[in-house]
Amino acid sequence: MNLKEFCLQIRKDIIQEIGTFGVGHIGGSLSIVEILAVLYNNYMNFDPNDPKKEGRDRLIVSKGHAGPAVYAVLANLGFFDKSWLLTLNKPGTNLPSHCDMNKTPGIDMTTGSLGQGFSCAVGIALGSKLKHDNAKIYTIIGDGESQEGQIWEASMFASHNRLDNLIAFLDYNGAQIDGEIIDVCSILPASDKWRTFGWHVIEVRNGNSCEEIDDALRLAQILENKPCMIVANTTKGFGIPFVEKAGVNNHSMNISKEQLEMALDELNKQER
Amino acid sequence: MEMRKVLAAELEKIMEENEKVVIINADLAKAAALSNLYQKFPKRCFNVGVAEQNMASIAAGLSSYGFIPFIFTFTPFATRRICDQIAVSICYSKQNVKIFGLDPGITATNNGGTHMSFEDVGIIRSMPQTTVFEPCDEIQLKKSLKQILNYKSMIYVRIFRKGNIKIFDENNCEFDLMKASIIKNGSDISIFCTGIMVEEALKAYEVLKNKNISAEIIDIHTIKPLDSKTILSSIKKTKKAVVAENHNKFGGLFSAICELAAENFPVPIKYVAVEDEFGQVGNLEFLKKYYKLTCESIVEKALSLVE
Repeated sequence: MNLKEFCLQIRKDIIQEIGTFGVGHIGGSLSIVEILAVLYNNYMNFDPNDPKKEGRDRLIVSKGHAGPAVYAVLANLGFFDKSWLLTLNKPGTNLPSHCDMNKTPGIDMTTGSLGQGFSCAVGIALGSKLKHDNAKIYTIIGDGESQEGQIWEASMFASHNRLDNLIAFLDYNGAQIDGEIIDVCSILPASDKWRTFGWHVIEVRNGNSCEEIDDALRLAQILENKPCMIVANTTKGFGIPFVEKAGVNNHSMNISKEQLEMALDELNKQER
Repeated sequence: MEMRKVLAAELEKIMEENEKVVIINADLAKAAALSNLYQKFPKRCFNVGVAEQNMASIAAGLSSYGFIPFIFTFTPFATRRICDQIAVSICYSKQNVKIFGLDPGITATNNGGTHMSFEDVGIIRSMPQTTVFEPCDEIQLKKSLKQILNYKSMIYVRIFRKGNIKIFDENNCEFDLMKASIIKNGSDISIFCTGIMVEEALKAYEVLKNKNISAEIIDIHTIKPLDSKTILSSIKKTKKAVVAENHNKFGGLFSAICELAAENFPVPIKYVAVEDEFGQVGNLEFLKKYYKLTCESIVEKALSLVE
């Protein structure tokens, strides 16, 4: 399966997970599919049969509401059986709305209370430096999440301590629950903020392009002395037209059975 | 010796023995007397600056990587300021972080109301998978450190930083983190106390003894989980109790003991605690009198139950 096919499969699984349950965080799950696909397929060192293996690379999805996207990737990589995906948010599930390290194999940190996962990632990167295990620590934060003060506390600490084993993504999809980021409380100019806070910054014009994400990650591997922020301009709901069209209303959406079927048909057509 | 110096000396020992131990503080290394440790173990001691939320979550990240973080700040910032980080990054995620809150309640003295936590025990106690411990003297603190290290869960420790109190005899003090310390056996009334109120309770013991009242003085150093066996056994014997704590009357030790007694062996219980007020500046003696956290208050409440 090439990356494009992998992303299509992940999108099918995301809509299946959320469509089966009937509601969920679809927009911000779809926006990070390419980031996850390139990370897991081209960069991260992991073992689905030993999810807690020492020295593995880690991914902390600080925007924990994108759990459905992460679960789809982990299931496709063999961390757990794909049938689990249909249990999303159902009572007793191992796949809760927000990422939970104690429930889901392959989840490296419990996240969902925004801002905290990013600090945890900084702590993990610090731990890796202390152990000299050469692991890479990846994290994804949201643009709305960047309104949390804790993000900036952590960013200062990471650059102060030269955590160059930390590579972060800002999923800049431009929308949050109550509307466009620029209308609610703008975080612009985002890249300048990160530079000013002492980070390397790589801007990705189209964060839903595997090639552009791959180029950014290749460059990030060789940057030294500072942590690296990849500002990825993504589209919330990318790849499933009716979700994308819902715009700022797609953060968490009801998905009917008809919409699920329609989305799967469209994704199947794209596959052909 | 001041509690903070005892703490630093014991931490030095455990850091020498255990390379997993790391220290993080939020711009209070000097206040906590940790500066020597920062010099001796520069690679395992971190200062996040004035950023307590970040400190808590970084500690959780380090714990998930196999380290045992000890984090330090004043009690209000170690609890009410970082509630959600403690709840989610630490407790819900099952991370093994040791949180040291400096200067609980009125021991914040001249830092005043902003720094005076009368609610910290209530906050932490109401979260699942938490442990709350407050040593009453330097011997207890000294003996507790290894048990805290080996305890495989989050623990919140209240420390009277500049306290220089000796209750126990080092050579004759068996300390178990999970067991309350019966300091005086008695039969007429149980007095449950914690932290700085242990000293006051012991003074009250003597006053009551002179009035032919036999008080049982039990130091509840671990407020959660409660040593219910020791507490229930005492109130089954005495049928009444006073609880003395340097905390609001809501949510702390008084609440905890009432909850336990109400369900298992209801008896009259009175409190010596802060009357749902905020703190203020003042020296310790002034604050003890103002908030009625004194031997006299314990005696008064005990007499009202005995008579």
